[in-house]
Amino acid sequence: MEHTALLQGIHVKNGKIKTRTLTKATITVRAVIIFLTIFTLIGPFLLKYSTIDWPTAIFYTFDNLKMMFLQPAFNQITFGTAITQIVITLALAFLATILGAFVSFFLAISTAKNLAPASLSNAIIAFNSVIRAVPTVLWVLIFAIVAGLGAVAAVLGMMLHTMAYLTKAYAESFEEIEEGAIEALRASGASWWHIIFHCVLPQSASYLVSWTFLRFETNYGVAIAMGAAAAAGGIGFELFMSSSFYYDLHEVGMITYCALIVAIVLEVIALQIKKRLMTQ
Amino acid sequence: MTTTNFLRMKKWKMTGIIILLLAITYGSSMITDFDVMKGIKSIPGTIAWIATNLIPDAAAMENLPKVLSRLWETIILSVIASTTAAVCAFFFAIFGSKTTQINRILAFSTRLIASVFRNIPVVAWALVLVISFGHNVVTGYFALFISTFGTLVRMFMETIDEASADGVEALNATGATYFQMVFKGVLPDTMPQMLSWLFYMIETNIRSATLIGLLTGTGIGYLFDLHYKRLDYGTLGLITLSIIVVVIAIEFTSNKVRRMIL
Amino acid sequence: MMSTITLDRPTEQVTSKEASIAAQTVLELRNIEKSYDMKTLIIKDIDLQLKQGEFVSIIGPSGAGKSTLLRCINRMIEPSSGDIIFDGTNITQLSKSALRKQRTKIGMVFQHYNLVSRLTVFENVLHGRFGYKSTLQGILGLYTEEEKMLALSILEKLGMKDHVYKRCDQLSGGQKQRVGIARALVQQPKLLLCDEPIASLDPNSSKVIMDHLKEISQSMGITVLVNLHQVDVALKYSDRIIGLNRGSKLFDDLPKRLSQMDIRNIYGAEVDELIFE
Ligand SMILES: Nc1ncnc2c1ncn2[C@@H]1O[C@H](COP(=O)(O)OP(=O)(O)OP(=O)(O)O)[C@@H](O)[C@H]1O
Ligand SMILES: [Mg+2]
Repeated sequence: MEHTALLQGIHVKNGKIKTRTLTKATITVRAVIIFLTIFTLIGPFLLKYSTIDWPTAIFYTFDNLKMMFLQPAFNQITFGTAITQIVITLALAFLATILGAFVSFFLAISTAKNLAPASLSNAIIAFNSVIRAVPTVLWVLIFAIVAGLGAVAAVLGMMLHTMAYLTKAYAESFEEIEEGAIEALRASGASWWHIIFHCVLPQSASYLVSWTFLRFETNYGVAIAMGAAAAAGGIGFELFMSSSFYYDLHEVGMITYCALIVAIVLEVIALQIKKRLMTQ
Repeated sequence: MTTTNFLRMKKWKMTGIIILLLAITYGSSMITDFDVMKGIKSIPGTIAWIATNLIPDAAAMENLPKVLSRLWETIILSVIASTTAAVCAFFFAIFGSKTTQINRILAFSTRLIASVFRNIPVVAWALVLVISFGHNVVTGYFALFISTFGTLVRMFMETIDEASADGVEALNATGATYFQMVFKGVLPDTMPQMLSWLFYMIETNIRSATLIGLLTGTGIGYLFDLHYKRLDYGTLGLITLSIIVVVIAIEFTSNKVRRMIL
Repeated sequence: MMSTITLDRPTEQVTSKEASIAAQTVLELRNIEKSYDMKTLIIKDIDLQLKQGEFVSIIGPSGAGKSTLLRCINRMIEPSSGDIIFDGTNITQLSKSALRKQRTKIGMVFQHYNLVSRLTVFENVLHGRFGYKSTLQGILGLYTEEEKMLALSILEKLGMKDHVYKRCDQLSGGQKQRVGIARALVQQPKLLLCDEPIASLDPNSSKVIMDHLKEISQSMGITVLVNLHQVDVALKYSDRIIGLNRGSKLFDDLPKRLSQMDIRNIYGAEVDELIFE
């Protein structure tokens, strides 16, 4: 008697009281998880494996990892060379970042919703998502056909993704500027470029610097990969040579350690910057 | 007076920074042999080249089945590497996050391990794995798994840190066990954001798989390399186009799903 | 109504021994001290006894250590020294799992409600049952029908039954706090610890919440210990008031014995802005 009163308006199914009603969000989450689970379970059976001798392969992997991480050594190159090559990698990353940042600034002021017309903004966003869809290494190889393999192709290829990324980040920073500040200048008859240089740029400068550095950190990793995969020079190329040419895993390990230390230093700086960004 | 001084200081600082950046740019182009003029000149050249050569022609279309099958392989690889890495990353993230850490030493070591995994260049993993596993999808899988794992631990940890710790406190006070607290107090509020990161990684991994494929002779990357060396630009155009379609389709779907679950 | 739904923990002392139980001590604190940095004491040598069904308020200025003291009781914060005897057990000695068992008998209500915002009211309330379940049962959300009925009856009592399937981020502050209270009650606690339960609420919702808490202590025999900022609220609802200043207990008596002088002692210089406007 009492129970029936209590159960009024309560969903009961198969004698069980439901603790939640299905909403669009929960259904979507469940569907996505079920789909991904099923895909992950059957996916491996859809792949073609050329014959692998698993025990041997695993044994060799551990053996290789041991050589790499526990017995690192320089053989073909010297420590000095490694440092020089890391500096070259950093330089490639820097060039791609700074050039990308320069272009991004102009693209971002044409993308930010409070500064540019919607049609231009949408066109640039679409353009960027196509740019981003193509892997960096393909861009580098495509540039290499005209410019030849090397720094020019690498920097230009890396610059494209940097551009797509920074345009979005910059534009979001611009969009966070108070509408009032821009309005006031506009009302006083300032030209568009005046608004950019006396309001937009000073207000968002620290964000722009932070985002640019965060991208520089990413580009360091990309530059290593491009050195290995597209012969762009730098430490990545040395990595490629010692593993695929000399099969010298001791040296691969040593180079990895050198590259890793620089990467972690960059990451720590980036994390600090991010923290500052958040608290601002 | 002081204001003008301040403004002048600021101007000097700005000028200083710009000069410094120009100097580094100059230095960088010296040591890398990067010729700015050549770079600028090759942009219109490349655009023109893309417009005339990177067009899939009839001959290229014959390679379509091959491209699609390699692409399918790449998609499967990216998805399963991302999902399996996400499951592992979730556990590392809860042990590493300040809200849900069990103790500080364990939290620090988890964070350190994840940092090492994501900062070792993915090419280094690929190059080492290919020696023992050969030109095989397994190589690609492990290389992708390792780098995805490292990245997702960081993303998931930030997500958990940013979510409110209030629910955790309440569940601890009711006498819930650690995993009850994690699965019922933390997971419901962070799941949509974590799924969103997972989608992002799947999309990123399609691109990374191309890179790894190039290095290890597998997947769509291998196919690109093959036709690149044969100067078969029509097929290159077809491959590039198909990657664009897949990545944008995934981005589109994930944006849609994200809007529905957030 | 509550007595119609019985659960695994037997409600031993109900009607027959009521008179003797009224005097029974539920919680006793002996020489509790707390320091975060091994130097300054945030809680200084606190002794305290709470009886069954008592409604006790802790008042004191910001930073006095009210929240710290409350969290020491269920060891959400580990006290530096002293003994906590709850329901006949010395809590300070307990292992992690035994402590979890004891915590099921201590409900907690928070200033910021501390709900899992994307879950429904129903699910949040049932979280109060985790202490009675195995890890797996909890994770899979396997609650018995009795537990669900208990949750529903409590929600009805608190006037929240129309909102059971709402997500908690769609509720008002007062409603969220009622969910918080329901979650604590579903634990079937002997003691309810409330850390500034009305500090984020408007006057109307505050009254609703305080009335519910008072009702809980009176009709269900649950001891309620509340941290409060508002002296007038404490005076109106409490059976007893405890005044805390810089970690020391300065007052512990009936509300009617709280003089202006005492208030001045407890609050220090702040007091004049506080009540004599
Ligand atoms: N985790 C902590 N680590 C170090 N010091 C702390 C910590 N938590 C609280 N304190 C300090 O302990 C003192 C008492 O804090 P507590 O939160 O218990 O005060 P309160 O009476 O609840 O104040 P309020 O009314 O503002 O909530 C404060 O001086 C605070 O700075
Ligand atoms: Mg407090």
